[in-house]
Amino acid sequence: MSRVHDMGGRFGDGPVLPEPEGTAATPPVWHKRTLAITLACGALGAWPIDAARRARESLAPRDYMRFTYYEKWLAGLADLLVERGLVSRDELQGAASGTGKRPVQALTPRALTADRVAPALARGGPATRDSDVKARFAPGDAVRTRRPAANRLVPGGHTRLPGYAAGACGRVLLCHGAHVLPDSNAHGLGERPEPLYAVVFAAAELWSDPESPSDEVVLDLWQSYLEHA
Amino acid sequence: MPHDHHDHDHPHSLLPSDPALRVKALETLLVRKGLVDPAALDAIIDTYETRIGPQNGARVVARAWADASFRARLLGDATAVISEMGYYGRQGEHIVAVENTDSTHNIVVCTLCSCYPWPLLGIPPAWYKSDAYRARVVREPRQVLAEFGLVLPEGQTVRVWDSTAEIRYLVLPQRPAGTDDLTEEALAALVTRDSMIGTGLARAPE
Repeated sequence: MSRVHDMGGRFGDGPVLPEPEGTAATPPVWHKRTLAITLACGALGAWPIDAARRARESLAPRDYMRFTYYEKWLAGLADLLVERGLVSRDELQGAASGTGKRPVQALTPRALTADRVAPALARGGPATRDSDVKARFAPGDAVRTRRPAANRLVPGGHTRLPGYAAGACGRVLLCHGAHVLPDSNAHGLGERPEPLYAVVFAAAELWSDPESPSDEVVLDLWQSYLEHA
Repeated sequence: MPHDHHDHDHPHSLLPSDPALRVKALETLLVRKGLVDPAALDAIIDTYETRIGPQNGARVVARAWADASFRARLLGDATAVISEMGYYGRQGEHIVAVENTDSTHNIVVCTLCSCYPWPLLGIPPAWYKSDAYRARVVREPRQVLAEFGLVLPEGQTVRVWDSTAEIRYLVLPQRPAGTDDLTEEALAALVTRDSMIGTGLARAPE
């Protein structure tokens, strides 16, 4: 049921190691290249951001755990490029061995060119949509999240309800309007926009041993993740 | 029902094992196939190295400290206010500002991946993306804050925002004491990246 990326609340990770601001080592060039290639490929429009997240969290747990951050991005990207037919497995293999040299093809009109980088980054990709789905909850309403925290459309599929918050009771804090539903959009099943809410939970509702009784956790949750409590 | 075929077939394993060679091999292939313009890659890297970073968020915070009506508008509709300042953009399409007070301290995380308000804070630091931060800050925020050197009073509620959707949260830190006479520019210099994530406080004036 669970996937390795869903780690909120997990024990055993050891201390956080913050770098004082301004002292971080210059990141390796390949980190920056991976970020840039991921954004440039995303701009081809062949998949939504939900599918990019799905690809990274669908890595085998042993790969997810041994890969550094940008290695996860790179692996997810390579898998998506093959899934969408933009690159073949043979081409990946050829690229790896250096035997796949081929003539340079003209840049596709869909490709992000240097002059379009600034406007594309400034435009972003808003997730709000018009929707016929009526809002069932209002700020102040008591709600319970569904349990287990699973995609109801695709077994083992992408969802944004973390396991630690499954079956928990909270209170609606904010209504964000209708947003694209990742559970469907990540799998090519349509955007299916529905109302999105910020829901606040008492720490004691989520954890057996909260640090302070007054502490809280807020999550953004889609309407179909929630029922009246 | 459709199944997640990624589970059975991972083409990424065809690439070289060394990450630097892996990205080079993929970049070369994508450029040769006409899918990626290398000049665009340089432009993306330059954007996040020189134009977009926590200095953007710091200007928003400083203005909120200096101007009560701006602060009210920021807390009411941060996306609109940030758009006016030219900071709308990728990974900042839906911004909500949350204000630290004597009674509540806010902290932001993304336990499922690494969501972060790029147009305001740039690319997240390594610790924000680390397993330890993602796993622990929702369950034991006070212990994690102590690892940043920040100890909060018992009476102050800690509210952790787990960025599970496309809403990006900006923490509006408390204005340090003794800053009444400072210009907006001088105030912005006190606003650290970590204070806008919630793992730190704004600097005290010298």
